[in-house]
Amino acid sequence: MKAFLILEDGTVFCGTSIGSAREVISEIVFNTSMTGYLEILTDPSYAGQAVVMTYPLIGNYGITPDEESKRPWPDGYIVRELSRMPSNFRCQGSLQEYLTQHDIPGVAGIDTRALTKKLRRQGTMNGMITTHAYASLEEVLSKIRAYTVGDVVSKVTCAEAYTLPGKGKRVALLDLGAKDNIARSLERRGCTVTVYPAYTAAEEILAAEPDGIMLSNGPGDPKACTAIIREIGKLYQSNVPMFAICLGHQLLALATGADTHKMKYGHRGGNHPVKDLETGRVYISSQNHGYVVDTERLRKDVAVPAFVNVNDGTNEGLNYVGKNIFTVQFHPEACPGPEDSSFLFDRFLAMMGGKP
Amino acid sequence: MPKCERIKKVLMIGSGPIVIGQAAEFDYAGTQACRSLKEEGVEVVLVNSNPATIMTDGDIADKVYIEPLTVPVLEQIILKEQPDSVLPTLGGQAGLNLGMELAESGFLDKHGVKLIGTTAETIFKAEDRQAFKDTMEKIGEPCAPSQVVHNVADGIAFTNTIGYPVVLRPAYTLGGSGGGIARNETELVDILTNGLRLSRVGEVLVERCIAGWKEIEYEVMRDAAGNCITVCNMENIDPVGVHTGDSMVVAPSQTLGDKEYQMLRSSALNIIRELEITGGCNVQYALNPESFEYCVIEVNPRVSRSSALASKATGYPIAKVAAKIALGYTLDEIKNAVTGKTYASFEPMLDYCVVKLPRLPFDKFLTAKRTLTTQMKATGEVMSICTNFEGALMKAIRSLEQHVDSLVTDQYLQCSYEELVAKLRIVDDRRIFVIAEAVRRGLAYETIHQITRIDLWFIDKIAILVEMERRLRSEPLTVELLREAKRMEFPDSVIARLTGKSEETVRQLRHQHQIVAAYKMVDTCAAEFEASTPYYYSVYGGENEAEVSHTRKKVLVLGSGPIRIGQGIEFDYCSVHCTWAFAREGYETIIVNNNPETVSTDFDIADKLYFEPLTPEDVQNIVDIERPDGAVVQFGGQTAIKLTESLMKMGVPILGTRAEDVDAAEDRELFDRILEQTKIPRAAGGTVYTAAEAKEVAHHLGYPVLVRPSYVLGGQGMQIADSDQEIEEFMEIINRIAQDHPILVDKYLQGKEIEVDAVCDGVDILIPGIMEHIERTGVHSGDSISVYPAFSISDKVRETIVEYTGRLARALHVIGLINIQFIAMGEEVYVIEVNPRSSRTVPYISKVTGIPIVDLAAKVIIGHTLKELGCPVGLAPACEYIAVKMPVFSFEKLRGAEISLGPEMKSTGECLGIAKTFNEALYKAFLGAGIHLPRHKQMIITVKDADKPEAAAVARRFEALGYTIYATRSTAKYLQQQGVNARRVNKITQESPNVLDLILGHKIDLVIDTPTQGRDKSRDGFLIRRNAIETGVHCLTAMDTANALVTSLENARDELTLVDIAKVAAIRLDERKPGEQV
Repeated sequence: MKAFLILEDGTVFCGTSIGSAREVISEIVFNTSMTGYLEILTDPSYAGQAVVMTYPLIGNYGITPDEESKRPWPDGYIVRELSRMPSNFRCQGSLQEYLTQHDIPGVAGIDTRALTKKLRRQGTMNGMITTHAYASLEEVLSKIRAYTVGDVVSKVTCAEAYTLPGKGKRVALLDLGAKDNIARSLERRGCTVTVYPAYTAAEEILAAEPDGIMLSNGPGDPKACTAIIREIGKLYQSNVPMFAICLGHQLLALATGADTHKMKYGHRGGNHPVKDLETGRVYISSQNHGYVVDTERLRKDVAVPAFVNVNDGTNEGLNYVGKNIFTVQFHPEACPGPEDSSFLFDRFLAMMGGKP
Repeated sequence: MPKCERIKKVLMIGSGPIVIGQAAEFDYAGTQACRSLKEEGVEVVLVNSNPATIMTDGDIADKVYIEPLTVPVLEQIILKEQPDSVLPTLGGQAGLNLGMELAESGFLDKHGVKLIGTTAETIFKAEDRQAFKDTMEKIGEPCAPSQVVHNVADGIAFTNTIGYPVVLRPAYTLGGSGGGIARNETELVDILTNGLRLSRVGEVLVERCIAGWKEIEYEVMRDAAGNCITVCNMENIDPVGVHTGDSMVVAPSQTLGDKEYQMLRSSALNIIRELEITGGCNVQYALNPESFEYCVIEVNPRVSRSSALASKATGYPIAKVAAKIALGYTLDEIKNAVTGKTYASFEPMLDYCVVKLPRLPFDKFLTAKRTLTTQMKATGEVMSICTNFEGALMKAIRSLEQHVDSLVTDQYLQCSYEELVAKLRIVDDRRIFVIAEAVRRGLAYETIHQITRIDLWFIDKIAILVEMERRLRSEPLTVELLREAKRMEFPDSVIARLTGKSEETVRQLRHQHQIVAAYKMVDTCAAEFEASTPYYYSVYGGENEAEVSHTRKKVLVLGSGPIRIGQGIEFDYCSVHCTWAFAREGYETIIVNNNPETVSTDFDIADKLYFEPLTPEDVQNIVDIERPDGAVVQFGGQTAIKLTESLMKMGVPILGTRAEDVDAAEDRELFDRILEQTKIPRAAGGTVYTAAEAKEVAHHLGYPVLVRPSYVLGGQGMQIADSDQEIEEFMEIINRIAQDHPILVDKYLQGKEIEVDAVCDGVDILIPGIMEHIERTGVHSGDSISVYPAFSISDKVRETIVEYTGRLARALHVIGLINIQFIAMGEEVYVIEVNPRSSRTVPYISKVTGIPIVDLAAKVIIGHTLKELGCPVGLAPACEYIAVKMPVFSFEKLRGAEISLGPEMKSTGECLGIAKTFNEALYKAFLGAGIHLPRHKQMIITVKDADKPEAAAVARRFEALGYTIYATRSTAKYLQQQGVNARRVNKITQESPNVLDLILGHKIDLVIDTPTQGRDKSRDGFLIRRNAIETGVHCLTAMDTANALVTSLENARDELTLVDIAKVAAIRLDERKPGEQV
């Protein structure tokens, strides 16, 4: 069956329908990772977006037990080619079946490089995935343009708090759309991790007297999370050691007076070099963000840049002055992507007084 | 300015002659590194014995020594040039070993010279088997259970503890030389004995066999600050057991999930950190396909063949970055030359798929074993890029230029099911075609996988291609089917064949429906950042990105494809220089080539690079988009010449010598007319198609005769026939491949062979020099020792040659280069053949005479005259140096290959000896070719009757040098009669001790064995020669070579005079640097 990707500027890509035949409008973003499609699909940070894979051969090793959350989150999935013969010793099924099973519509067989170049030049755009051949675009284009990602954190966060037992430090993990490997990384270091829904009051978290607080990654515009920002502001005041990733990093910055802005087309992939400003060392990082913290509006007495993106100079992390708090824009939990910065979890552990 | 201010003058060690396992990739890496160093204002002293390289050009390095790569020579250069640093990591294993020896002996310390790029300690930890194993153990990186052994008994004992099969890997050898898999004790003893001898330190690693696991490689970079990145990973389609150089390889890995990918990536970074490598490094893994278990196979602490491939596959210039790191820069300080915006501290992301296929030499060595093992056999490789694997594989197959354009073959039609299954078990270069046939016959994927251990994903891809074949055969050719076939890169010719339509019909149908190739850019970042790299590949079904301009005149330069015997790195040298020359004249330059090992496929050589197969259809697609003003074919060897007719049909003017004139030189009858007209004699002969016709011509001429196909390079298929029976045999071999052109049969004349390269502008001619071969006619010019200037011809002969060269060039209306081979018999000169194009002697003669003939040829092609360029015409005065070009062979890598020299070329590379005297030049040339004699001062002589008088003279001279001479019965008898104290040994067929026992006793320096004609492998001579080669004994098969060697040994010396070739008096017609705009 034919499927179309219609962009808000009127560009139409014609391909083959994969997964669900449902029509969907979403924000179209591209990811340059060559492996890890399943981890990407199950990354809650993609809620409200449709993902284009720039690597052309997707699904080669099928579905393996590597989900980063309970289900796939993107509204749509766009690839050049889906492998018809997945092959891996852990393979449990094909990506086609997986998309269908989870009712995720997609398009295959389009020139993903041409699409990526368009998104790079014009910036992230909204688009529609449909199997309907519209005679006139006028009507749908206005619908496409009207789309906003909106409040997606509430969609992806857990319904109620739960605890992953461990023997070591007790960490409160605020689930803004957390990838499972954040909790796993802490568990592997012996921590007892209590996962809280995004809208949990700061008081409730602090009442449990955690050794450390971890703010997770998550989807959407950070500024839309006003209520959460307020609670995070309280957590900041608490003097409990904190480590935040991605959306968590942005929200803490907003809570302490900094600003964020939307990037032209964001960073999504597994090859971004980030420089540790203290040591000068460069790490290759896993990334997935469309918003970034404005360092110009940063109050020097509150936080100082700790990491910077070597490619475009954007902020990749902050150290909070006089606090046991550090935050990063990239993903030390990897999955997918390079494991270079997993030592940051050790740093967090040390901050809580634990041994890595 | 280097970051590290101490570094002002660097000695760079090249990799020496091209041999199997060490090919053009090191010219590519070395050239890139030299330019990178010079960019920083560092003075570069280069040493490399290989004259066919671009790195040995005067404008690439500041001082260039084309000298033998031995420790004493390097020490002498260091003393003379006083560099502060030595960079040993860009000259392959040869360069690394030399750097290591210089450091180990304390010479570098003593003279205050530092190794940069890596330390001796790092090299030791990575290269020494035990040290490596210990290091891996220390950091918890698994290796297959293994033990280093120094003798066979220990090898057997250890194997008994881990069980067969085992892999044997000799330490410090090239391309896995001497290694292999042993399945039982007999094989173990056989391979181990050989491996111990080949290893520089007499060390072999005996290792648990992990054959059948996935073989994965990572290219890693690290700077001195400890920043690490991986440039690329690659997956071998052939599982562990086949040397990665002989494997089909895909990049990036296709069957690894992110978990496996990151696990191995982290391991690679872990290793490079522990080894403290500064620069590039290659880590090879075996990955259990059924678990996360993996083993580190090996680490190369230097730029390698794989890193050249990774550079071309990703656009990331590994050698350039490695050179900058050696100067002290960190990765985040080095700009990514591709995007110009980002930095070298990132990891390339591909949005396409790359396939590499090896170019194996079995078409040259019919008797050689075709099985692929851990010992590399490929002479070269091709790479292709496409957005799908099927397309990349199809492109790579046709890039090989082996008369195959798809997986379709009728070779296995007669095979029964059992025979096919048996063939699947054979790991050789034909296996992929057998798999395709197996799929065609309906064998289950699982069965094929169980036998071959090739991942199901790849088998399915082959099946997709087979299904397309079937659909094209059975279904009507709809637009959709055609579109899908083109998406998978089925060439029009194959579609036409399968659908029963004409190629033209297919092409028209495509164009009617806009099914045309589009070009995508290799930009290192999957389009995430804007890039302006002019590096493209084609796809069907996509938007074209190649930006075409018509502001300047535009020239298409066709490259020479994969390196093979007969068409080597020399043609890349010519293509690159031609491109530079056109650029200097204001042209926009476009290169088309498919060889990832070359300088020409570096993205900053031409204005645009199309990484594509060199077939008419692929070139047409580029022409359709670029509309060049002309194409140059005379620099790209036979690959480019073969495209001439097609280019003309496309309406692209051929610049330089016209196609009709090229034909006139190749076509027997047309050429005879030219010779008649110019009154130049040649050996009598005729053209034939069948064996019967060939015998008729031979009877008329009288034996011996020379039989050869026309339009080939490197004397492919050429043989000297002594009898009807041999004619039949040779004709059968030649006709195994359908011949478009007739076969030539000539009277064989034995005389001195003379070779000339010249530039002609249609009127005037410039001959930079005349070369004379040491071996008489009958040995291919590429396998002969060639001496400049000619040393034994009379003035009259010289004048005749100059005169004939002029007449021929003018009669053929040559505009550009011409190469002519002559025979001189007494004062008579005959022409053997004329090639109106560049030849493999062009780089050598350019360098030793200082006359840049490719540059001149390009200018002449553009329209300048030699006079206008201020060139002298006629024969240039001989320069003050004598240069000896010595062929280098890779026979030890090719089990079963016949090593005797004949009219078909067999050498893989060459080195140069240059000096003021003939004797020193000759000595240097032998030394450069790796002939370090004497050792045991014992030799064997066994020659055919006709050679006996000469053999006696040679034997006497060896005897005078203190050699003990052994000879088989009749040779011994003759030598004794001539007063040589030859000891008689039994023939192979006689009881022990015989000649074979003597060879296997490891006390023999040299075997002189001149074979009788024919390809009969069972002969004693063949066995003697093979055994000699496989036990590392030098073996000469021509009396002239033996004569030259003894002369060289008589003139052996410790101290050599060094020649800086960059200073050799040159006609510098254009002092501008390559690439500089007018």
